[in-house]
Amino acid sequence: MNKSQRNQDYLMYVEKQSPKSPWLSSLFRAFIMGGTICCFGQMIGDVIKSFFPTMDLLTVGAWVNISVIALTIILTAFGIFDVLAKYGGAGTFIPISGFANSIASCAIEYKKEGLVFGVGAKMFYVAGPVIVNGVSYSMLVGIIYFIISLF
Amino acid sequence: MKKLGKQTYEMANPVTISYAHALVGSKEKNGPLSKYFKDYFEDDTFGEKSFEKAERKMLKTAISDMLLANKINIDDIDLYIGGDILNQLVSSNFVAEELQIPFVGVYSACSSVTESLALASTLIDGGFCNRILCSACSHFSAAERQYRFPLEFGNQRQAYSQWTVTGAGCMIVDKKESQNCPKIKRVCFGKVVDYGVLDLANMGAAMAPAAADTIMEFFKDTKTQPSDYDLIATGDLGKLGSDIFRDILAQNSIVIENNYIDCGHMIFNGNQECMQGGSGAGCSAVVFSAYIYQKMKQKKLKKVLLLATGALMSTTTNQQGDAIPAVSHLIELEA
Repeated sequence: MNKSQRNQDYLMYVEKQSPKSPWLSSLFRAFIMGGTICCFGQMIGDVIKSFFPTMDLLTVGAWVNISVIALTIILTAFGIFDVLAKYGGAGTFIPISGFANSIASCAIEYKKEGLVFGVGAKMFYVAGPVIVNGVSYSMLVGIIYFIISLF
Repeated sequence: MKKLGKQTYEMANPVTISYAHALVGSKEKNGPLSKYFKDYFEDDTFGEKSFEKAERKMLKTAISDMLLANKINIDDIDLYIGGDILNQLVSSNFVAEELQIPFVGVYSACSSVTESLALASTLIDGGFCNRILCSACSHFSAAERQYRFPLEFGNQRQAYSQWTVTGAGCMIVDKKESQNCPKIKRVCFGKVVDYGVLDLANMGAAMAPAAADTIMEFFKDTKTQPSDYDLIATGDLGKLGSDIFRDILAQNSIVIENNYIDCGHMIFNGNQECMQGGSGAGCSAVVFSAYIYQKMKQKKLKKVLLLATGALMSTTTNQQGDAIPAVSHLIELEA
């Protein structure tokens, strides 16, 4: 038997043997955690609106984002966020909390290598691909939108 | 010394492991082997500023504790052979600088402990050295940041992943006959195998074929079988890897009964969230030093095979699409 056939058979066997993550309970927990974070954001928005009734929705939204980011960073610094994320999975990662955590955790981790080559260089080690993709796809959408608007 | 078959070397003279010592972190201390791990430290930074420094201090402390407790003079040691899983073997290298004795750094990832013991016994049996210090260590937090993500990054671990053991194991190998201490009888150097496993989290699957390859060659070279041994211990295959290991052997008509353990599988409890079990160069080193070695000294185990298993993974080559090569070196011990 040649090596590539052997490896292919082996990987199929491994796939069958390897335990799967429990998807139904994972989905449920992600739903609960993600929903809780979003409800929390909505609550902050409502509180801000009740204090400043004249504030426009965009500004309220910005304050909500800032609050969730700040809280995530504080929870990350105290070592609580990763415990929540272990429970919530994508529920904590997909909202802006996941993005904030990925930057804050890198900043904490790489502080030991100094401010320039540690924090400075590696802060976006996890978040970097998200930003690059975000910018690239919005450019693509922008170009498509521009072409459509010509007609 | 004589060579048996293709990969096995048999010692002509007694080569004894005179002392073995383990130092572990608090998670390991809280595991099922708690009563065997006498020395441990609570704070995972070990009072240092970085986890790399902590790993180094842990290794240095394990070695000095062993030397001090047994009144061994460092100048009586001919050579130090050690390995770890950090880039450039920083832990072993820095400790070797402090010890100021000749040093051979070995890298075979989590198979470092048997690689260094096997090399030490061949050097001693060859008449080149009288006393050699061996060590292997790993630290969860230092390994995490090198191989995976920052510690505080929130993610879920795969059900088939493993947890790097925080611990250091060190041994003194001597050229002498001793009634009380286990002897290294035969060693078998493994081949590097690559079964195409790409998933860095599934190290058990990457390493199981290496362990199976080495033990099958060993049985062939020595004309022995699993039932000839009181205990067969693999390094850090974890639960999944152990099952695959047994399966591969069964396919080759080698059946392992109840005399089999995996150091990675036994070091943590099911409720310690370590999924398939422990891994890392420290895993087999501490389980051997604190558990297997002591059982052999008490004569509860007479003939033992230890196969530490190493997933030779590099995050660079893995991102370039290459699979994880693996190797396993075996030593045969006799009390």
